[in-house]
Amino acid sequence: MWNKRFKEIDLSQSLIFLILFALLFIFILYPLIRILHVAFTEESHFSFAHFINFFERSLFKESFLNSLMAGLMAVFFGSLISLPLAFFTIKYDFKGKTLIQTLGVLPLVLPPYVGAVALQLILGRSGMLNLLLLKWFGTSIPFMEGLKGVILVQTLHYFPFIFLNASASLANVDPSLEEAAENMGAHGWNLFRKITLPLMMPGYVAGALLVFIKVIDDLATPLILNYTKMLAPQAYLRVTTIGIEDKAGYVICVIMVILSFLSLWAAMKFLSLSEYAMVQRGGTGIPISKRIDGIKLILVWAFSIFVLGISLLPHLGIFLLSFAKAWSFSILPRAYTLNHYIEIFYRSPHFVKNTLLYCLLSAGIGVLLGSFIAFLLIRGRIFGKGLLDAVAMMPLAIPGVVLATGYLRVFHGTPLPLIHQPLTSLWIILVIAYTARRLPYTLRASYAAIQQIHISLEEAALNLGANRRRTFFKITFPMMAGGLIAGGLLAFITSSVELSSTIMLVPRMEYGPLSYGIYIYMQSAVGRGPGAALGVVAILLVAFGTYLVNKVFAGGSGTAFKL
Amino acid sequence: MNQATEVQLIDLKKSFGEVEAVKGVTLTIERGDFFTFLGPSGCGKTTILRMIAGFTRPDAGKILFDGEEVNEIPPWKRNVGMVFQNYALWPHLSVFENVAFGLKERGLPKSVIREKTIKALAMVDLEGMERRRPSELSGGQQQRVALARTLVIEPRLLLLDEPLSNLDAKLRIQMRHELVRIQKNLKITTLYVTHDQEEALILSTRIAVMSKGKVLQIGTPKEIYENPKSQEVADFVGTSNFFLGKVVRIREDWIEMKTEEGFLIIARKEEGTNPIPGANFLLNIRPESIRLAYPNEGSLEENRIEGVVRTSAYLGSSVQYEVEIEGGKKVKVNVVNPRKKAIFEEGERVLLTFSAEDIVPIPLK
Repeated sequence: MWNKRFKEIDLSQSLIFLILFALLFIFILYPLIRILHVAFTEESHFSFAHFINFFERSLFKESFLNSLMAGLMAVFFGSLISLPLAFFTIKYDFKGKTLIQTLGVLPLVLPPYVGAVALQLILGRSGMLNLLLLKWFGTSIPFMEGLKGVILVQTLHYFPFIFLNASASLANVDPSLEEAAENMGAHGWNLFRKITLPLMMPGYVAGALLVFIKVIDDLATPLILNYTKMLAPQAYLRVTTIGIEDKAGYVICVIMVILSFLSLWAAMKFLSLSEYAMVQRGGTGIPISKRIDGIKLILVWAFSIFVLGISLLPHLGIFLLSFAKAWSFSILPRAYTLNHYIEIFYRSPHFVKNTLLYCLLSAGIGVLLGSFIAFLLIRGRIFGKGLLDAVAMMPLAIPGVVLATGYLRVFHGTPLPLIHQPLTSLWIILVIAYTARRLPYTLRASYAAIQQIHISLEEAALNLGANRRRTFFKITFPMMAGGLIAGGLLAFITSSVELSSTIMLVPRMEYGPLSYGIYIYMQSAVGRGPGAALGVVAILLVAFGTYLVNKVFAGGSGTAFKL
Repeated sequence: MNQATEVQLIDLKKSFGEVEAVKGVTLTIERGDFFTFLGPSGCGKTTILRMIAGFTRPDAGKILFDGEEVNEIPPWKRNVGMVFQNYALWPHLSVFENVAFGLKERGLPKSVIREKTIKALAMVDLEGMERRRPSELSGGQQQRVALARTLVIEPRLLLLDEPLSNLDAKLRIQMRHELVRIQKNLKITTLYVTHDQEEALILSTRIAVMSKGKVLQIGTPKEIYENPKSQEVADFVGTSNFFLGKVVRIREDWIEMKTEEGFLIIARKEEGTNPIPGANFLLNIRPESIRLAYPNEGSLEENRIEGVVRTSAYLGSSVQYEVEIEGGKKVKVNVVNPRKKAIFEEGERVLLTFSAEDIVPIPLK
């Protein structure tokens, strides 16, 4: 009889597995395969011809190098900002430390393309700073021109990934390892270089690679800044202007995927090494941070204020812009108004409404899928778990542009039965894209939530007389709920500002979500006000969501954004 | 190896916020001592060690090495070797690099570093492990690497912070012998921190028993165990039975006391003490000093009390009894090598006998 029960369980598990795998295959793997197929075939033969062609064309070659450059530079400057901040806030104890830690995460709540607009107003050719420079010195500095501007915006937006990951791994370095080095005669820079830095390296590298992936992925910032000589905008332009038959677009997609996969693989590799920082962590009770005062404290504050001040400029700019009646060629807006908010809430409220609808739906579906997959991975007795896991985590390394291109390729020409329309002309395609893109987050959150419930906790309930159903509702579910909600929130807030796949997949103007609205508004001078107002809504949405996530995770600020 | 160092602590104090971790400790650790700070967790013993290593700044008081104050010297210049409780081996460095680290910091030539490192590893029986990572070693091996890393710099002091607490029982005993052997060879002044009284008794030449930031008693292991100066010390080092007694009669070598419960107990008169009738003493009798007999049996020992066995626990090498005596007090009795002796059942009436020699009277004010 027992035997029979086990077989039944395995059967139902296998069925769920098949359904899940089919979904992942259709919406993640297959689009990717189609892209690879197009990119690697020439008249239905396998061929590298398109790739050779790609690197022979100077525009593409330049775009490739620019994307690489932007990634490396964002990592470089991001590290310059983040490493000292991480070191100060973890190793030193001083008033205002928590404030710095909080402000250091804030740039993440601002979608980078929103920041791009705001920075134009402050640092752009006729922005606040250059107008002042012109007035005082008769000269201006082109901060925002070309690739420089893109790098500036991306650095300021993405550096918190490095900050958070570096902080976390620095905090994990057992202080007795540093004391042992002092005991052996090392101190100061020498000690940092030989002991602390190598030990925090894995977390730092993981953060750095994450920034690199994000920069490669970022379509909106270059588009807003009108600088298209990069991979993501080139792919977008090829597919949207020349059409989905154009081979070059697919080749670019493949190159982006390769770059992302390599970075992700390296990040995982490094992160698995980071375990060692914690292996020896014993309850030594040695405080990690030292109190500082005097000149040291002043220097730490000066650095933090300078860096965070700059990184918070976009927030300030977008806020001002959303209330500005007219703001061009002037240092500050000349007059203020509430009209922009009226516009987005009364005249075209569909942007905000769509975002809420799509993102809540996709977060819900994501959590559902994530917990099913996580359950199978942890408790399942079936083959193919590794494959399921791998495919589900893949979207981490699939840029939005690539996934969108894949969807267009797969679904565009194929009307669905009954409704006689292709999937790509329904708004549901956005929900699907968001769900797929955020599946790694929801899966990981669910995984963590389920994993922390040791089976003995359930067995204890069963042993004390609760049946399976009561055990699930009294023990299993309450313990999982926090993690699942956190995963869902995270999916929600990141989807609500997702633009790269949105731009390509929005079937019709009135189906566009908030991120799309910002992009459209920002195309025209008169739209900048409402665009900024939408930006403020996005910031508040993300900030509130992040706050909730941290509340639920209870892991301190930014647990959600660590790799 | 360089001349062993003498350490003096003078009225050393340290507080963490509201908590006074060390409340004015003054003591001298002589050259070549194996000196142990023994006490329960939170008694301040580790804080003292960390102040000597330079990781924690004393709030007040002085630390002297060979008569020279070191309070202001940073840890990296003190040249004291510390073995951490969790070993603190650097996981990103190989065994060789771990051990060679301190020598490199001292700027020694490569060939010397190599030679000394190999020698240090040989001393702890780790030849051939140079290229391994700490994570590839067993707990005991990690412990040896930590020891080699510390000793290779030829420190003037060896500080050990509960170094054996993370090892399993067998290995712990093996490492104890190892530590004693190495310490004797090098004749290095060694400071040891532990909460394990057995470890302290076996290893040390002298022990400071600590409680709540204060040193209760300093002495050789024998002095501490046989002649505790307070109930706390007697309680912490080994287990003991205590009676409150009042002197009723004094003879040449013996004093006769009456306990609260009304028993007459004869104890030896400590040399140099001059008790007067009516003085109060705490009488301390170790469980292994008490023998059990049937009530009608004779005994040569001066003291005898009747009681009823309440619990008995058979441990193989000994049997531990709790015997309830008249008035309800429970006396712990430890009968070693029980093989050839009678085993008493719970509920059985027995006679407790013990010698006047084995009673340690602690004068009470």
